[in-house]
Amino acid sequence: MRRDTAWAYFFIAPQIIGMLAFAVVPMIAVLALSFGSWDLIHALKWVGANNYKDEFSDPIFWKSVTNTLYYTGVFIPASLIVALLVAMVLNRKMALRSWYRAIFFLPVITPTVAVALVWTWLLNPDYGLVNDLLYDVGISGPGWYADIGWAMPSAILVSVWRNFGYSMVIFLAGLQGVPSQLYEAAQIDGAGPWARFRHITLPMLSPTTFFLVVTSIISSLQVFDQVFILTNGKAGPDDATRVIVFHIYELAFRVFAWGQASAATVVLFVAILLITLLQFRFQRWVHYA
Amino acid sequence: MILDLSSRLLFHVVMLAGCVVVLVPFVWMISSSFKTAADVIAFPPSWLPNPIVMDNYPQSLSILPMGTAYFNSFKISTLDTIGGLITCSMAAYAFARLRFPGRDGLFFVILATLMIPQEVSLIPLYILFKQIHMIDTHWPLILPPVFQNPYGIFLLRQFFRTIPVELEEAARIDGANPWTIYTRIILPLAVPALVTLGIFIFLYNWNQFLTPLIYLNSTENFTVPLLLSSYLSDYGSEWGLLMAACTIAMAPLIVVYALGQRYFIEGIALSGLKG
Repeated sequence: MRRDTAWAYFFIAPQIIGMLAFAVVPMIAVLALSFGSWDLIHALKWVGANNYKDEFSDPIFWKSVTNTLYYTGVFIPASLIVALLVAMVLNRKMALRSWYRAIFFLPVITPTVAVALVWTWLLNPDYGLVNDLLYDVGISGPGWYADIGWAMPSAILVSVWRNFGYSMVIFLAGLQGVPSQLYEAAQIDGAGPWARFRHITLPMLSPTTFFLVVTSIISSLQVFDQVFILTNGKAGPDDATRVIVFHIYELAFRVFAWGQASAATVVLFVAILLITLLQFRFQRWVHYA
Repeated sequence: MILDLSSRLLFHVVMLAGCVVVLVPFVWMISSSFKTAADVIAFPPSWLPNPIVMDNYPQSLSILPMGTAYFNSFKISTLDTIGGLITCSMAAYAFARLRFPGRDGLFFVILATLMIPQEVSLIPLYILFKQIHMIDTHWPLILPPVFQNPYGIFLLRQFFRTIPVELEEAARIDGANPWTIYTRIILPLAVPALVTLGIFIFLYNWNQFLTPLIYLNSTENFTVPLLLSSYLSDYGSEWGLLMAACTIAMAPLIVVYALGQRYFIEGIALSGLKG
Protein backbone atom coordinates (compact mmCIF):
# COMPACT_ATOMS: atom_id res chain seq x y z
CA MET A 1 0.00 0.00 0.00
CA ARG A 2 3.00 2.31 0.42
CA ARG A 3 3.22 3.10 -3.32
CA ASP A 4 -0.19 4.81 -3.00
CA THR A 5 1.39 7.87 -1.40
CA ALA A 6 2.52 9.53 -4.63
CA TRP A 7 -0.84 8.79 -6.24
CA ALA A 8 -2.70 10.17 -3.22
CA TYR A 9 -0.83 13.47 -3.28
CA PHE A 10 -1.52 13.72 -7.02
CA PHE A 11 -5.25 13.21 -6.36
CA ILE A 12 -5.54 15.71 -3.52
CA ALA A 13 -3.14 18.34 -4.92
CA PRO A 14 -5.71 20.50 -6.80
CA GLN A 15 -8.00 20.89 -3.80
CA ILE A 16 -5.15 21.28 -1.29
CA ILE A 17 -3.56 24.05 -3.36
CA GLY A 18 -7.01 25.65 -3.74
CA MET A 19 -7.64 25.42 -0.02
CA LEU A 20 -4.35 27.18 0.73
CA ALA A 21 -4.80 29.86 -1.95
CA PHE A 22 -8.51 30.58 -1.54
CA ALA A 23 -9.25 29.84 2.15
CA VAL A 24 -6.23 29.56 4.47
CA VAL A 25 -4.04 32.37 3.11
CA PRO A 26 -7.02 34.79 2.70
CA MET A 27 -8.05 34.04 6.28
CA ILE A 28 -4.59 35.00 7.56
CA ALA A 29 -4.49 37.98 5.18
CA VAL A 30 -7.79 39.42 6.39
CA LEU A 31 -6.54 39.16 9.95
CA ALA A 32 -3.33 40.97 9.02
CA LEU A 33 -5.22 43.62 7.05
CA SER A 34 -7.51 44.26 10.01
CA PHE A 35 -4.46 45.40 12.01
CA GLY A 36 -3.02 47.48 9.20
CA SER A 37 -3.47 50.38 6.89
CA TRP A 38 -2.91 49.81 3.20
CA ASP A 39 -3.45 51.70 -0.04
CA LEU A 40 -2.43 48.81 -2.38
CA ILE A 41 0.76 50.70 -3.34
CA HIS A 42 2.93 51.19 -0.27
CA ALA A 43 3.74 48.44 2.20
CA LEU A 44 1.12 47.42 4.75
CA LYS A 45 1.48 49.69 7.78
CA TRP A 46 0.83 48.25 11.24
CA VAL A 47 -1.77 50.35 13.08
CA GLY A 48 -2.51 48.03 15.98
CA ALA A 49 -6.14 47.83 17.02
CA ASN A 50 -7.05 51.19 15.46
CA ASN A 51 -9.34 49.69 12.81
CA TYR A 52 -11.26 47.86 15.52
CA LYS A 53 -11.44 51.02 17.63
CA ASP A 54 -12.75 52.96 14.62
CA GLU A 55 -15.38 50.33 13.92
CA PHE A 56 -16.50 49.92 17.53
CA SER A 57 -16.87 53.67 17.97
CA ASP A 58 -18.84 54.01 14.73
CA PRO A 59 -22.61 54.09 15.28
CA ILE A 60 -23.08 52.89 11.67
CA PHE A 61 -21.26 49.67 12.52
CA TRP A 62 -23.51 49.05 15.53
CA LYS A 63 -26.52 49.90 13.42
CA SER A 64 -25.47 47.17 10.96
CA VAL A 65 -24.95 44.73 13.83
CA THR A 66 -28.38 45.37 15.37
CA ASN A 67 -30.03 45.26 11.92
CA THR A 68 -28.42 41.89 11.23
CA LEU A 69 -29.55 40.57 14.62
CA TYR A 70 -33.05 41.94 13.99
CA TYR A 71 -33.17 40.14 10.63
CA THR A 72 -31.83 36.92 12.16
CA GLY A 73 -34.10 37.07 15.20
CA VAL A 74 -37.30 37.44 13.18
CA PHE A 75 -36.42 35.47 10.03
CA ILE A 76 -35.47 32.26 11.83
CA PRO A 77 -38.59 31.74 13.98
CA ALA A 78 -40.86 32.92 11.15
CA SER A 79 -39.37 30.67 8.47
CA LEU A 80 -39.00 27.64 10.77
CA ILE A 81 -42.59 27.85 12.06
CA VAL A 82 -43.98 28.11 8.52
CA ALA A 83 -41.70 25.28 7.37
CA LEU A 84 -42.65 23.00 10.28
CA LEU A 85 -46.40 23.59 9.85
CA VAL A 86 -46.24 22.83 6.13
CA ALA A 87 -44.02 19.78 6.72
CA MET A 88 -46.43 18.38 9.34
CA VAL A 89 -49.37 18.76 6.95
CA LEU A 90 -47.38 17.15 4.14
CA ASN A 91 -46.14 14.28 6.33
CA ARG A 92 -48.99 11.91 5.47
CA LYS A 93 -50.03 9.86 2.52
CA MET A 94 -52.23 12.13 0.45
CA ALA A 95 -52.92 12.88 -3.17
CA LEU A 96 -50.81 15.62 -4.81
CA ARG A 97 -48.25 15.37 -2.01
CA SER A 98 -45.19 15.49 -4.27
CA TRP A 99 -46.78 18.34 -6.25
CA TYR A 100 -47.17 20.45 -3.12
CA ARG A 101 -43.60 19.69 -2.10
CA ALA A 102 -42.29 20.66 -5.54
CA ILE A 103 -44.22 23.95 -5.57
CA PHE A 104 -43.14 24.97 -2.06
CA PHE A 105 -39.55 24.22 -3.00
CA LEU A 106 -39.66 26.20 -6.25
CA PRO A 107 -38.57 29.59 -4.77
CA VAL A 108 -35.45 27.94 -3.27
CA ILE A 109 -33.95 27.26 -6.73
CA THR A 110 -34.65 30.72 -8.14
CA PRO A 111 -31.92 33.41 -8.01
CA THR A 112 -32.35 35.60 -4.92
CA VAL A 113 -31.75 38.68 -7.04
CA ALA A 114 -34.63 37.87 -9.42
CA VAL A 115 -36.90 37.00 -6.48
CA ALA A 116 -36.07 40.26 -4.72
CA LEU A 117 -36.69 42.20 -7.94
CA VAL A 118 -40.16 40.64 -8.35
CA TRP A 119 -40.94 41.44 -4.72
CA THR A 120 -39.75 45.02 -5.19
CA TRP A 121 -42.56 45.27 -7.72
CA LEU A 122 -45.11 43.39 -5.56
CA LEU A 123 -44.34 45.60 -2.56
CA ASN A 124 -44.16 48.88 -4.50
CA PRO A 125 -45.82 51.39 -2.15
CA ASP A 126 -47.81 53.14 -4.91
CA TYR A 127 -48.55 50.54 -7.61
CA GLY A 128 -47.68 47.18 -6.01
CA LEU A 129 -50.07 44.24 -5.98
CA VAL A 130 -49.78 43.75 -2.22
CA ASN A 131 -50.95 47.25 -1.36
CA ASP A 132 -53.69 47.02 -4.02
CA LEU A 133 -55.00 43.84 -2.40
CA LEU A 134 -54.74 45.42 1.06
CA TYR A 135 -56.71 48.41 -0.23
CA ASP A 136 -59.46 46.03 -1.39
CA VAL A 137 -59.95 44.81 2.18
CA GLY A 138 -59.87 48.35 3.55
CA ILE A 139 -56.27 48.53 4.76
CA SER A 140 -53.97 51.33 3.73
CA GLY A 141 -50.71 49.48 3.03
CA PRO A 142 -47.36 50.67 4.41
CA GLY A 143 -44.43 52.01 2.39
CA TRP A 144 -42.64 48.64 2.67
CA TYR A 145 -38.96 48.96 1.66
CA ALA A 146 -39.32 52.75 1.42
CA ASP A 147 -40.44 53.05 5.05
CA ILE A 148 -38.03 53.12 8.00
CA GLY A 149 -40.10 50.78 10.13
CA TRP A 150 -41.15 48.43 7.31
CA ALA A 151 -37.91 48.09 5.31
CA MET A 152 -36.48 45.23 7.37
CA PRO A 153 -39.81 43.36 7.69
CA SER A 154 -40.03 43.57 3.87
CA ALA A 155 -36.63 41.93 3.51
CA ILE A 156 -37.62 39.26 6.05
CA LEU A 157 -40.87 38.59 4.19
CA VAL A 158 -38.98 38.03 0.93
CA SER A 159 -36.49 35.73 2.68
CA VAL A 160 -39.19 33.65 4.34
CA TRP A 161 -41.03 33.28 1.03
CA ARG A 162 -37.86 32.23 -0.74
CA ASN A 163 -36.33 29.95 1.88
CA PHE A 164 -39.01 28.16 3.92
CA GLY A 165 -39.17 25.36 1.31
CA TYR A 166 -35.62 24.35 2.18
CA SER A 167 -36.34 23.98 5.91
CA MET A 168 -39.62 22.22 5.02
CA VAL A 169 -37.73 19.51 3.11
CA ILE A 170 -35.32 19.01 6.02
CA PHE A 171 -38.22 18.89 8.53
CA LEU A 172 -40.01 16.34 6.32
CA ALA A 173 -36.95 14.11 6.43
CA GLY A 174 -36.86 14.49 10.23
CA LEU A 175 -40.58 13.72 10.59
CA GLN A 176 -40.20 10.55 8.57
CA GLY A 177 -37.75 9.35 11.19
CA VAL A 178 -40.34 9.55 14.00
CA PRO A 179 -41.75 6.03 14.61
CA SER A 180 -45.53 5.98 14.11
CA GLN A 181 -45.92 3.57 17.07
CA LEU A 182 -45.17 6.50 19.38
CA TYR A 183 -48.22 8.37 18.11
CA GLU A 184 -50.38 5.25 18.24
CA ALA A 185 -49.37 4.51 21.82
CA ALA A 186 -50.00 8.12 22.85
CA GLN A 187 -53.40 8.09 21.22
CA ILE A 188 -54.37 4.94 23.14
CA ASP A 189 -53.28 6.72 26.32
CA GLY A 190 -55.67 9.54 25.41
CA ALA A 191 -53.17 12.20 24.30
CA GLY A 192 -54.77 14.88 22.12
CA PRO A 193 -53.19 16.43 19.02
CA TRP A 194 -51.44 19.20 20.99
CA ALA A 195 -50.05 16.77 23.59
CA ARG A 196 -48.76 14.52 20.80
CA PHE A 197 -47.11 17.49 19.09
CA ARG A 198 -45.67 18.83 22.34
CA HIS A 199 -44.40 15.53 23.78
CA ILE A 200 -43.56 13.47 20.68
CA THR A 201 -43.05 15.57 17.54
CA LEU A 202 -41.10 18.44 19.10
CA PRO A 203 -38.65 16.34 21.16
CA MET A 204 -38.11 13.83 18.36
CA LEU A 205 -37.42 16.67 15.93
CA SER A 206 -35.01 18.50 18.23
CA PRO A 207 -31.85 17.42 16.34
CA THR A 208 -33.41 18.56 13.04
CA THR A 209 -34.58 21.85 14.52
CA PHE A 210 -31.19 22.42 16.10
CA PHE A 211 -29.42 21.81 12.79
CA LEU A 212 -31.77 24.21 10.99
CA VAL A 213 -31.45 26.91 13.66
CA VAL A 214 -27.65 26.81 13.53
CA THR A 215 -27.38 26.77 9.72
CA SER A 216 -30.04 29.48 9.47
CA ILE A 217 -28.22 31.71 11.96
CA ILE A 218 -25.01 31.34 9.98
CA SER A 219 -26.68 32.15 6.65
CA SER A 220 -28.75 35.00 8.16
CA LEU A 221 -25.63 36.70 9.50
CA GLN A 222 -24.42 36.70 5.87
CA VAL A 223 -27.65 38.06 4.32
CA PHE A 224 -26.94 40.45 1.45
CA ASP A 225 -28.58 39.86 -1.97
CA GLN A 226 -32.25 40.46 -1.13
CA VAL A 227 -31.48 43.48 1.04
CA PHE A 228 -29.22 45.00 -1.61
CA ILE A 229 -31.87 44.65 -4.34
CA LEU A 230 -34.90 45.71 -2.26
CA THR A 231 -33.24 49.00 -1.41
CA ASN A 232 -31.59 49.32 -4.84
CA GLY A 233 -27.96 49.16 -3.75
CA LYS A 234 -28.39 51.53 -0.83
CA ALA A 235 -28.74 50.93 2.90
CA GLY A 236 -32.46 51.64 3.00
CA PRO A 237 -34.26 54.60 4.57
CA ASP A 238 -32.14 55.92 7.47
CA ASP A 239 -29.83 52.84 7.19
CA ALA A 240 -32.80 50.66 8.14
CA THR A 241 -31.55 47.68 6.11
CA ARG A 242 -27.80 48.15 6.49
CA VAL A 243 -26.73 44.60 7.37
CA ILE A 244 -23.19 43.64 8.29
CA VAL A 245 -22.19 42.24 4.87
CA PHE A 246 -23.55 45.36 3.17
CA HIS A 247 -21.50 47.42 5.63
CA ILE A 248 -18.36 45.41 4.75
CA TYR A 249 -19.12 45.69 1.03
CA GLU A 250 -19.52 49.45 1.24
CA LEU A 251 -16.38 49.98 3.34
CA ALA A 252 -14.25 47.77 1.10
CA PHE A 253 -15.54 48.48 -2.41
CA ARG A 254 -17.06 51.97 -2.24
CA VAL A 255 -15.00 53.75 0.45
CA PHE A 256 -11.90 51.53 -0.03
CA ALA A 257 -11.27 51.45 3.72
CA TRP A 258 -9.67 47.99 3.54
CA GLY A 259 -8.45 47.95 7.14
CA GLN A 260 -11.77 48.87 8.69
CA ALA A 261 -13.65 46.52 6.33
CA SER A 262 -11.28 43.71 7.33
CA ALA A 263 -11.86 44.42 11.01
CA ALA A 264 -15.63 44.17 10.48
CA THR A 265 -15.06 40.92 8.54
CA VAL A 266 -13.07 39.46 11.41
CA VAL A 267 -15.90 40.34 13.82
CA LEU A 268 -18.39 38.52 11.56
CA PHE A 269 -16.04 35.55 11.20
CA VAL A 270 -15.55 35.23 14.95
CA ALA A 271 -19.33 35.32 15.48
CA ILE A 272 -19.89 32.55 12.92
CA LEU A 273 -17.00 30.52 14.33
CA LEU A 274 -18.41 30.74 17.86
CA ILE A 275 -21.86 29.60 16.70
CA THR A 276 -20.34 26.69 14.78
CA LEU A 277 -18.27 25.62 17.78
CA LEU A 278 -21.30 25.91 20.08
CA GLN A 279 -23.09 23.61 17.65
CA PHE A 280 -20.44 20.91 18.12
CA ARG A 281 -20.70 21.34 21.86
CA PHE A 282 -24.48 21.18 22.15
CA GLN A 283 -25.16 18.65 19.41
CA ARG A 284 -24.67 15.77 21.81
CA TRP A 285 -26.98 17.34 24.37
CA VAL A 286 -29.78 17.78 21.84
CA HIS A 287 -29.72 14.17 20.71
CA TYR A 288 -30.48 13.01 24.23
CA ALA A 289 -33.19 15.61 24.81
CA MET B 1 -64.97 8.22 7.87
CA ILE B 2 -66.76 11.55 7.38
CA LEU B 3 -64.31 13.14 9.80
CA ASP B 4 -61.44 11.66 7.80
CA LEU B 5 -62.85 13.04 4.56
CA SER B 6 -63.37 16.53 5.93
CA SER B 7 -59.90 16.63 7.49
CA ARG B 8 -58.42 15.57 4.14
CA LEU B 9 -60.37 18.34 2.46
CA LEU B 10 -59.15 20.85 5.05
CA PHE B 11 -55.53 19.83 4.42
CA HIS B 12 -55.94 20.30 0.69
CA VAL B 13 -57.50 23.72 1.23
CA VAL B 14 -54.56 24.76 3.44
CA MET B 15 -52.01 23.39 0.98
CA LEU B 16 -53.67 25.03 -2.00
CA ALA B 17 -53.71 28.36 -0.14
CA GLY B 18 -49.98 27.91 0.45
CA CYS B 19 -49.42 27.17 -3.23
CA VAL B 20 -51.27 30.36 -4.16
CA VAL B 21 -48.96 32.40 -1.89
CA VAL B 22 -45.90 30.76 -3.46
CA LEU B 23 -47.09 31.01 -7.06
CA VAL B 24 -48.74 34.47 -7.15
CA PRO B 25 -45.40 36.35 -7.42
CA PHE B 26 -44.47 34.25 -10.48
CA VAL B 27 -47.91 34.72 -12.04
CA TRP B 28 -47.80 38.45 -11.39
CA MET B 29 -44.29 38.69 -12.83
CA ILE B 30 -45.40 37.02 -16.09
CA SER B 31 -48.67 38.94 -16.26
CA SER B 32 -46.92 42.30 -15.71
CA SER B 33 -44.35 41.49 -18.39
CA PHE B 34 -47.12 41.39 -21.06
CA LYS B 35 -48.72 44.69 -20.05
CA THR B 36 -48.32 48.17 -21.52
CA ALA B 37 -46.56 50.82 -19.44
CA ALA B 38 -49.96 52.34 -18.59
CA ASP B 39 -51.68 49.03 -17.81
CA VAL B 40 -48.96 47.80 -15.51
CA ILE B 41 -49.64 50.57 -12.97
CA ALA B 42 -53.41 50.73 -13.55
CA PHE B 43 -55.77 50.56 -10.59
CA PRO B 44 -57.60 48.31 -9.94
CA PRO B 45 -54.97 45.83 -11.14
CA SER B 46 -56.08 43.20 -13.64
CA TRP B 47 -54.74 39.66 -13.38
CA LEU B 48 -54.68 39.18 -17.12
CA PRO B 49 -52.97 41.68 -19.41
CA ASN B 50 -55.40 43.40 -21.78
CA PRO B 51 -54.22 44.02 -24.42
CA ILE B 52 -51.39 41.48 -24.42
CA VAL B 53 -48.25 43.24 -25.60
CA MET B 54 -44.95 41.54 -26.43
CA ASP B 55 -42.87 44.73 -26.69
CA ASN B 56 -41.28 44.35 -23.25
CA TYR B 57 -39.36 41.24 -24.32
CA PRO B 58 -37.47 42.50 -27.39
CA GLN B 59 -36.98 45.82 -25.61
CA SER B 60 -35.51 44.29 -22.43
CA LEU B 61 -33.18 42.18 -24.58
CA SER B 62 -31.95 45.18 -26.55
CA ILE B 63 -31.42 47.79 -23.79
CA LEU B 64 -29.04 45.55 -21.82
CA PRO B 65 -27.11 42.51 -23.10
CA MET B 66 -29.21 39.75 -21.52
CA GLY B 67 -28.14 37.21 -24.15
CA THR B 68 -24.48 37.83 -23.34
CA ALA B 69 -25.21 37.63 -19.60
CA TYR B 70 -26.85 34.25 -20.17
CA PHE B 71 -23.83 33.03 -22.08
CA ASN B 72 -21.50 34.33 -19.30
CA SER B 73 -23.52 32.73 -16.50
CA PHE B 74 -23.77 29.47 -18.41
CA LYS B 75 -20.05 29.42 -19.18
CA ILE B 76 -19.02 30.23 -15.60
CA SER B 77 -21.45 27.82 -13.93
CA THR B 78 -20.62 24.98 -16.34
CA LEU B 79 -16.87 25.38 -15.83
CA ASP B 80 -17.40 25.60 -12.05
CA THR B 81 -19.44 22.42 -12.15
CA ILE B 82 -17.19 20.31 -14.37
CA GLY B 83 -14.00 21.54 -12.73
CA GLY B 84 -15.41 21.21 -9.22
CA LEU B 85 -16.63 17.68 -9.87
CA ILE B 86 -13.22 16.63 -11.18
CA THR B 87 -11.12 18.08 -8.32
CA CYS B 88 -13.59 17.09 -5.58
CA SER B 89 -13.97 13.52 -6.81
CA MET B 90 -10.20 13.13 -7.11
CA ALA B 91 -9.61 14.33 -3.56
CA ALA B 92 -12.59 12.38 -2.25
CA TYR B 93 -11.27 9.18 -3.83
CA ALA B 94 -7.87 9.64 -2.16
CA PHE B 95 -9.44 10.35 1.23
CA ALA B 96 -11.89 7.46 0.93
CA ARG B 97 -9.60 4.75 -0.44
CA LEU B 98 -5.87 5.47 -0.46
CA ARG B 99 -3.54 5.24 2.50
CA PHE B 100 -0.97 7.97 2.83
CA PRO B 101 0.81 9.86 5.59
CA GLY B 102 -1.15 12.85 6.91
CA ARG B 103 -4.45 11.65 5.48
CA ASP B 104 -6.62 12.13 8.58
CA GLY B 105 -4.96 15.41 9.53
CA LEU B 106 -5.42 16.88 6.06
CA PHE B 107 -9.03 15.73 5.92
CA PHE B 108 -9.67 17.37 9.28
CA VAL B 109 -8.17 20.65 8.02
CA ILE B 110 -10.40 20.50 4.92
CA LEU B 111 -13.45 19.96 7.12
CA ALA B 112 -12.37 22.86 9.32
CA THR B 113 -12.34 25.19 6.29
CA LEU B 114 -16.09 24.53 5.99
CA MET B 115 -16.42 26.95 8.91
CA ILE B 116 -14.90 29.85 6.95
CA PRO B 117 -17.70 31.96 5.44
CA GLN B 118 -17.38 33.38 1.93
CA GLU B 119 -17.03 36.96 3.24
CA VAL B 120 -13.72 36.21 4.97
CA SER B 121 -11.86 35.74 1.69
CA LEU B 122 -13.72 38.55 -0.10
CA ILE B 123 -11.19 41.35 0.48
CA PRO B 124 -7.95 39.30 0.29
CA LEU B 125 -9.08 37.52 -2.88
CA TYR B 126 -10.11 40.82 -4.45
CA ILE B 127 -6.61 42.15 -3.75
CA LEU B 128 -5.05 38.93 -5.08
CA PHE B 129 -7.04 39.01 -8.33
CA LYS B 130 -6.32 42.71 -8.70
CA GLN B 131 -2.57 42.08 -8.40
CA ILE B 132 -2.67 39.43 -11.13
CA HIS B 133 -4.90 41.63 -13.35
CA MET B 134 -7.97 39.44 -13.31
CA ILE B 135 -10.47 42.11 -12.24
CA ASP B 136 -13.30 42.38 -14.78
CA THR B 137 -12.57 38.87 -16.05
CA HIS B 138 -14.44 35.67 -15.20
CA TRP B 139 -11.43 33.97 -13.58
CA PRO B 140 -12.25 35.09 -9.99
CA LEU B 141 -15.65 33.42 -10.44
CA ILE B 142 -14.14 30.21 -11.81
CA LEU B 143 -10.88 29.48 -9.97
CA PRO B 144 -12.10 29.48 -6.32
CA PRO B 145 -15.23 27.34 -6.92
CA VAL B 146 -13.21 24.83 -8.95
CA PHE B 147 -10.29 24.47 -6.57
CA GLN B 148 -11.84 25.09 -3.17
CA ASN B 149 -14.95 23.09 -2.33
CA PRO B 150 -14.62 21.27 1.00
CA TYR B 151 -18.30 20.37 0.97
CA GLY B 152 -17.98 18.57 -2.36
CA ILE B 153 -15.03 16.53 -1.06
CA PHE B 154 -16.93 15.60 2.09
CA LEU B 155 -20.12 14.62 0.22
CA LEU B 156 -18.34 12.47 -2.37
CA ARG B 157 -16.05 10.84 0.17
CA GLN B 158 -19.10 9.72 2.14
CA PHE B 159 -20.56 8.25 -1.05
CA PHE B 160 -17.35 6.55 -2.20
CA ARG B 161 -17.09 4.77 1.14
CA THR B 162 -20.39 3.01 0.42
CA ILE B 163 -18.97 1.45 -2.79
CA PRO B 164 -17.84 -2.16 -2.10
CA VAL B 165 -14.03 -2.49 -2.16
CA GLU B 166 -14.06 -6.00 -3.71
CA LEU B 167 -14.25 -4.56 -7.23
CA GLU B 168 -11.15 -2.46 -6.68
CA GLU B 169 -9.23 -5.29 -5.05
CA ALA B 170 -9.88 -7.50 -8.06
CA ALA B 171 -8.70 -4.70 -10.37
CA ARG B 172 -5.60 -4.18 -8.23
CA ILE B 173 -4.67 -7.85 -8.50
CA ASP B 174 -4.97 -7.44 -12.27
CA GLY B 175 -2.41 -4.62 -12.01
CA ALA B 176 -4.67 -1.56 -12.27
CA ASN B 177 -3.26 1.67 -10.80
CA PRO B 178 -5.34 4.12 -8.72
CA TRP B 179 -6.01 6.35 -11.73
CA THR B 180 -7.54 3.44 -13.65
CA ILE B 181 -9.63 2.44 -10.64
CA TYR B 182 -10.79 6.04 -10.13
CA THR B 183 -11.83 6.57 -13.75
CA ARG B 184 -13.08 3.06 -14.61
CA ILE B 185 -14.68 1.87 -11.36
CA ILE B 186 -15.34 4.71 -8.91
CA LEU B 187 -16.64 7.45 -11.22
CA PRO B 188 -19.10 5.26 -13.18
CA LEU B 189 -20.54 3.94 -9.91
CA ALA B 190 -20.78 7.44 -8.42
CA VAL B 191 -22.90 9.01 -11.17
CA PRO B 192 -25.96 9.64 -8.90
CA ALA B 193 -23.80 11.44 -6.30
CA LEU B 194 -21.99 13.39 -9.03
CA VAL B 195 -25.31 14.52 -10.54
CA THR B 196 -26.59 15.65 -7.13
CA LEU B 197 -23.41 17.58 -6.34
CA GLY B 198 -23.27 18.93 -9.91
CA ILE B 199 -26.77 20.42 -9.68
CA PHE B 200 -25.84 22.00 -6.36
CA ILE B 201 -22.60 23.54 -7.68
CA PHE B 202 -24.29 24.79 -10.87
CA LEU B 203 -27.20 26.47 -9.08
CA TYR B 204 -25.05 27.90 -6.31
CA ASN B 205 -22.76 29.61 -8.81
CA TRP B 206 -25.56 30.58 -11.20
CA ASN B 207 -27.27 32.43 -8.33
CA GLN B 208 -24.13 34.12 -6.97
CA PHE B 209 -24.42 37.89 -6.69
CA LEU B 210 -21.86 39.37 -4.30
CA THR B 211 -18.75 38.02 -6.07
CA PRO B 212 -19.80 39.11 -9.62
CA LEU B 213 -20.76 42.47 -8.08
CA ILE B 214 -17.26 43.13 -6.79
CA TYR B 215 -15.25 41.59 -9.65
CA LEU B 216 -17.08 42.64 -12.82
CA ASN B 217 -17.23 46.21 -14.16
CA SER B 218 -18.08 45.97 -17.88
CA THR B 219 -21.70 45.24 -18.74
CA GLU B 220 -20.67 42.72 -21.40
CA ASN B 221 -19.00 40.60 -18.68
CA PHE B 222 -22.02 40.60 -16.34
CA THR B 223 -23.75 37.45 -15.15
CA VAL B 224 -27.56 37.17 -15.14
CA PRO B 225 -28.13 38.21 -11.47
CA LEU B 226 -25.73 41.13 -11.80
CA LEU B 227 -27.37 42.31 -15.03
CA LEU B 228 -30.79 42.09 -13.36
CA SER B 229 -29.58 44.49 -10.70
CA SER B 230 -28.55 46.96 -13.43
CA TYR B 231 -32.05 46.77 -14.93
CA LEU B 232 -33.34 47.87 -11.53
CA SER B 233 -30.91 50.75 -11.14
CA ASP B 234 -31.25 51.92 -14.78
CA TYR B 235 -34.95 51.30 -15.52
CA GLY B 236 -36.32 51.23 -11.97
CA SER B 237 -39.82 52.45 -12.75
CA GLU B 238 -40.49 50.53 -15.98
CA TRP B 239 -42.05 47.55 -14.31
CA GLY B 240 -43.26 45.77 -17.44
CA LEU B 241 -39.71 45.84 -18.77
CA LEU B 242 -38.20 44.70 -15.45
CA MET B 243 -40.65 41.81 -15.13
CA ALA B 244 -39.87 40.71 -18.70
CA ALA B 245 -36.18 40.64 -17.75
CA CYS B 246 -36.99 38.63 -14.59
CA THR B 247 -39.11 36.18 -16.60
CA ILE B 248 -36.28 35.69 -19.08
CA ALA B 249 -33.89 35.13 -16.17
CA MET B 250 -36.12 32.61 -14.39
CA ALA B 251 -37.94 30.73 -17.16
CA PRO B 252 -35.19 28.23 -18.13
CA LEU B 253 -34.48 27.43 -14.47
CA ILE B 254 -38.17 26.77 -13.81
CA VAL B 255 -38.48 24.55 -16.90
CA VAL B 256 -35.44 22.47 -15.94
CA TYR B 257 -36.75 22.27 -12.37
CA ALA B 258 -40.15 21.07 -13.59
CA LEU B 259 -38.43 18.26 -15.48
CA GLY B 260 -36.20 17.05 -12.66
CA GLN B 261 -37.47 18.57 -9.40
CA ARG B 262 -36.66 15.40 -7.45
CA TYR B 263 -32.94 15.77 -8.18
CA PHE B 264 -33.00 19.46 -7.31
CA ILE B 265 -34.72 18.86 -3.97
CA GLU B 266 -32.34 16.02 -3.09
CA GLY B 267 -29.29 17.93 -4.24
CA ILE B 268 -30.06 21.11 -2.37
CA ALA B 269 -31.53 19.51 0.73
CA LEU B 270 -28.36 17.43 0.96
CA SER B 271 -25.96 20.28 0.47
CA GLY B 272 -27.66 23.06 2.38
CA LEU B 273 -27.92 25.79 -0.25
CA LYS B 274 -29.30 28.93 1.33
CA GLY B 275 -29.25 32.54 0.43
